[in-house]
Amino acid sequence: MKNRLKSFSAMLSSVILTLFGLTVLTFLIGRVMPVDPVIAAVGDNAPEDVILRVRAEMGLDQPIPVQFLHYLSQLLHGDFGMSVLTKNPVATDIARFFPATFELATAALLLATLVGIPLGVWAAVRQGSFTDQAIRVLCLAGHSVPVFMLSMISLLIFYSALGIAPGPGRQDIIYDGMIPTVTGLMSVDTLLAGDLDAFRDALAHMAQPVIILAYFSMAYIARMTRAFMIDALKGEYVITARAKGLSGLKVVWSHAFPTVAVQLITVLALTYAGLLEGAVVTETVFSWPGIGQYLTTSLMNADMNPVIGSTLLVGLIYVGLNLLADILYRLLDPRVQ
Amino acid sequence: MLVEIQNLHIGFQSRTGFAPAVKGVSLKLGTEKLGIVGESGSGKSLTARALMKLLPKQTRIEADRLAFDGIDIMSASEREMRQIRGKRAGFILQDPKYSLNPVKTIGSQVAEAWRTHKGGSKRQALEAAITLLEQVKIRDPKKVAGSYPHEVSGGMGQRVMIAMMLAPDPELLIADEPTSALDATVQAEILRLIEELVSERGMGLLLISHDLPLVSHFCDRVAVMYAGRVMEELKASELLSAQHPYTRGLLNCMPSLIHPKERLPVLTRDPEWLK
Repeated sequence: MKNRLKSFSAMLSSVILTLFGLTVLTFLIGRVMPVDPVIAAVGDNAPEDVILRVRAEMGLDQPIPVQFLHYLSQLLHGDFGMSVLTKNPVATDIARFFPATFELATAALLLATLVGIPLGVWAAVRQGSFTDQAIRVLCLAGHSVPVFMLSMISLLIFYSALGIAPGPGRQDIIYDGMIPTVTGLMSVDTLLAGDLDAFRDALAHMAQPVIILAYFSMAYIARMTRAFMIDALKGEYVITARAKGLSGLKVVWSHAFPTVAVQLITVLALTYAGLLEGAVVTETVFSWPGIGQYLTTSLMNADMNPVIGSTLLVGLIYVGLNLLADILYRLLDPRVQ
Repeated sequence: MLVEIQNLHIGFQSRTGFAPAVKGVSLKLGTEKLGIVGESGSGKSLTARALMKLLPKQTRIEADRLAFDGIDIMSASEREMRQIRGKRAGFILQDPKYSLNPVKTIGSQVAEAWRTHKGGSKRQALEAAITLLEQVKIRDPKKVAGSYPHEVSGGMGQRVMIAMMLAPDPELLIADEPTSALDATVQAEILRLIEELVSERGMGLLLISHDLPLVSHFCDRVAVMYAGRVMEELKASELLSAQHPYTRGLLNCMPSLIHPKERLPVLTRDPEWLK
């Protein structure tokens, strides 16, 4: 117990240190960027005294360390500053855009896991066979074909040519403003509102980006599962399990797979973090109003507060998921104390 | 006859060619204790694994006869083999550190062996597992049942392995170097345990080892293997007075505490033996 407490506090302090480092880095990047946030806010033609006044209002006339301390104390109060572009506090914007990304990423991860793990296990069991080769080619394609290309091809076929896929965004224009926002997840909110047509519409809008993102992630998950499983199947305990008279299915799923599951947690956590970071390209192609799009739009417009805020959020997600994987690892693998 | 092996050949097909490993082994085993001795790579383990059909798919196995209690192993389906493996023939592997599943509790692994062949509820199986652990002389079997393989010693792990393989009351026990991964003091204990349980239950035992005195002590008969063949087969009690030059050579290479030698002799091999 005492050991556990000790390792937990060690984990926590490393998390805090990482987050502090991340804050310093993003803040500095925001300040050394060769754009002037004041000009971005007031425009090129603003008179000199306006520029000076706004600069003082934004606190940019003070030395960098003072600015940083000021920013840090704001952060600790949950204040990420204002977005020049949306005229909203960054925190409000993130709360509005992040659920869209979260919905996309979670659905994609679920699909990728449900397909990727069985495929990887299947390929490992049939190592060297035609099935194995076919799965490997499928994964290689998922890994190497750029997402934007797949997205475009998908849109071209299912939206433009066949007309069976819905248009861009998260919902049809007729449902715009009809669904009260509760969780921010369109699929959940439509269900909560009891509007099944809107629910179907939300799912239809999700289908293409989710499948494309899932394919990309699935390729990675399946490849890692295959590699881990091939290793596990060589274990002596697999021979023991067979010598006990267990069926092939049981040997694979209840003896070899559990030893691999622990390793897969890390793979899944990193995949999920990658997806939550906002699949910038996918969100752009499908006009999905998520964090990736918010980040790129802000960056294009030199709106630095949202950029720093979103970057911090992404960092927080990575650190958080890593921590979660670490804790799960400890809970699930009896060998790790 | 529990086991009949006649002219067994095992080989591996690789990209560079065919590599034969076992070249015409014939053995018979009833309700008795047969030891197989021989140096590493002589084909002892392969022979035992072929009997349980536990070799990788790409292995080539040929035999005039390979049978367990009259059942032809060569033509047996995977489903038929599952009725033999575990249920009628137990198989103890060398090192419990690798042969027990690292992420499953000891109790659940023993219980699984019991339940697979005897049915019943999970609770019944776990109770049976605890009784079995007690039978292999584990003190505090309840606590051990709840622990993981890495938490117990090698000797304890091998006891667990024995309990697991005896769970469905098999007629034959194959032990593939069951003590070579253990400390010398534990080795004797484990062997005594195996011998006790085998005699008590009237089982056949196939003990694979490279420890000659140990085999001559514990078994009824001994088969000496070299380069994929059986060199000679003799009563265990006569092993120390064996006539075959290979067996004599092996015996000569053993260091002795009573008659210490400056240098141990090197084993000489005669190609004539393989003709």
